[in-house]
Amino acid sequence: MREKVKPEEKTEELTKACPTCFEVPIGPIHPALKEGIRFTFWIEGERIRKVDIRPGFMHRGIEFMGTKRNLIQVLYLAERICGICSISHPLAIVQAVEQAAGIEVPPRAQYIRVIIGELERIHSHLLWAGVAAHELGFDTLLHYVWKVREPVLDILEDLTGNRIDYAIPIYGGVRRDVPPEKYPKLKDALRYYRSLVDDFVNFFLRDPSIEARTRGVGVLTSEEADSLCAVGPTARASGLRKDVRQDWPYFAYPDLEVKALTPEDMGLEVRGDVYDRIVVRLLEVVQSIELIEQCLEEMPEGEITAFPKVAALLAHLKKAEGEGVGRHEAPRGEVIHYIRLEAGEEAPAVWKVKAPTYSNLMPWYPMFRDQEIADIPIVAASIDPCICCMERVQIVCDGKAETLLKDELLRLSWAKTERVASRVTRQVSPGRGG
Amino acid sequence: MKQMKLLERLKLSGLKRALWVYHLNSGGCNGCDIEILAALTPRYDVERFGIKLVGSPRHADVLLVTGTVTRPMYERVRRIYAQTPDPKVVIAIGGCASTSGVFYESYNVLGPVDNVIPVDVYIPGCPPRPEAIIDGVVKAVAKLERLMEGKEG
Repeated sequence: MREKVKPEEKTEELTKACPTCFEVPIGPIHPALKEGIRFTFWIEGERIRKVDIRPGFMHRGIEFMGTKRNLIQVLYLAERICGICSISHPLAIVQAVEQAAGIEVPPRAQYIRVIIGELERIHSHLLWAGVAAHELGFDTLLHYVWKVREPVLDILEDLTGNRIDYAIPIYGGVRRDVPPEKYPKLKDALRYYRSLVDDFVNFFLRDPSIEARTRGVGVLTSEEADSLCAVGPTARASGLRKDVRQDWPYFAYPDLEVKALTPEDMGLEVRGDVYDRIVVRLLEVVQSIELIEQCLEEMPEGEITAFPKVAALLAHLKKAEGEGVGRHEAPRGEVIHYIRLEAGEEAPAVWKVKAPTYSNLMPWYPMFRDQEIADIPIVAASIDPCICCMERVQIVCDGKAETLLKDELLRLSWAKTERVASRVTRQVSPGRGG
Repeated sequence: MKQMKLLERLKLSGLKRALWVYHLNSGGCNGCDIEILAALTPRYDVERFGIKLVGSPRHADVLLVTGTVTRPMYERVRRIYAQTPDPKVVIAIGGCASTSGVFYESYNVLGPVDNVIPVDVYIPGCPPRPEAIIDGVVKAVAKLERLMEGKEG
């Protein structure tokens, strides 16, 4: 008989392992956290000895909803996986669907996708910088950063019609062009951000108190980052040159030659702490400005979508059969969408989303090890967590959430195979190992 | 107008000066949450009207609820509502909080916020602009004043 381990028993087990520790639960609702997630810290004196993370509060069942709607509705649903990376999920799902349905995208559309994606990176990193400053107790800096973040939102609103949730990509292209008369305004905004870079370096990197609070805090070594599969700025701050735009270029990125940035590019030694994560995000803002400028110069003329009429697109997607994987380097790291289309079905048969925070949760464990209680907010914020992106599966049984271990999951999987097999064919018999 | 007790009048005079808001994410996508923060920062700067984000529902006059209510958050939303002292106003921010929006027919979504706690002001939009959020809070102030004068509720 396989036994289920209940969360309370696990807590007792961990308490036994560290008898002098106090157990401090934080969340799911807490001012230091912007979203619902629960941490349980085992604290000895001022030091964190162990941490347990319980996600699942923001799970909305988006993948399940997606398999009941047509693909265009799924695109808008994908946008609402997360409001901060609201272009990253659509950019990944359009790649997956285009691969599955064999749709060729016009080059101009690819450049527009890159421009919007990079503008979002600027807005997201500035947002993070403000939140990080707030977690450190620098509210002045929070207000300053959020003030200078507004111009990029104005530009996004000008180009797409909305400050957040831009609804720009569609399968086969983009929904709105970036006409040449909008270039000057966009270039002005980029010049403005370029002029701010020195200020940011002064405020964030040369400030003695920020340095004291972030140097050597929340360290993630490159080996740990590698073995725990960290992605995005979290991995790059630990010295891994890992970036989807560099490793598997898509859209217009092959023409733009993106390089993954680490603190070494600023002439600093890689230490993998919170300070390095600030450095990497600052470098990436500069990189995004350069990429957009390059895009504006090299942007080809031509169509912006392969299917100007939505009805024709839906008809094409209904006939399509196959599977596709879309990857995009979101501001927080790599986002992957997998989709399977069946001919004659409007809704996707399978839709699977892997958000960057999902990969970056495990690195929290080494980061929190032996840190002080007061460092919890900044270490938690340093991976730029986006919990609502990540909440993909939750098991609820009789109104109670339970943690299922591997063998229990295996048993469930076998039982399902049995159920399905008896329906489909009698020849398939499920394996019964172990 | 009904004669107010001294204590009620005192409470009202407090509300007229500064509204303290508590932000609760009951399962949203962060879009509305960052617009609330944008409303608090210098471009919109609601702090000049005395509107301030507080860290505990026990200090709050107004609850800003964003997002549709997910199953694990149900009990928490009710508890936070109970912890907020009266008189209070609940504002549902965004399409999801008002009507559940795109998140219908899911197994883990219990519907809009008014399925769980009473809501006074709805702000539509996905996400609503900071101006809309400020307008909603202003309407909430008017409603609180009417509540205190005994004209409603």
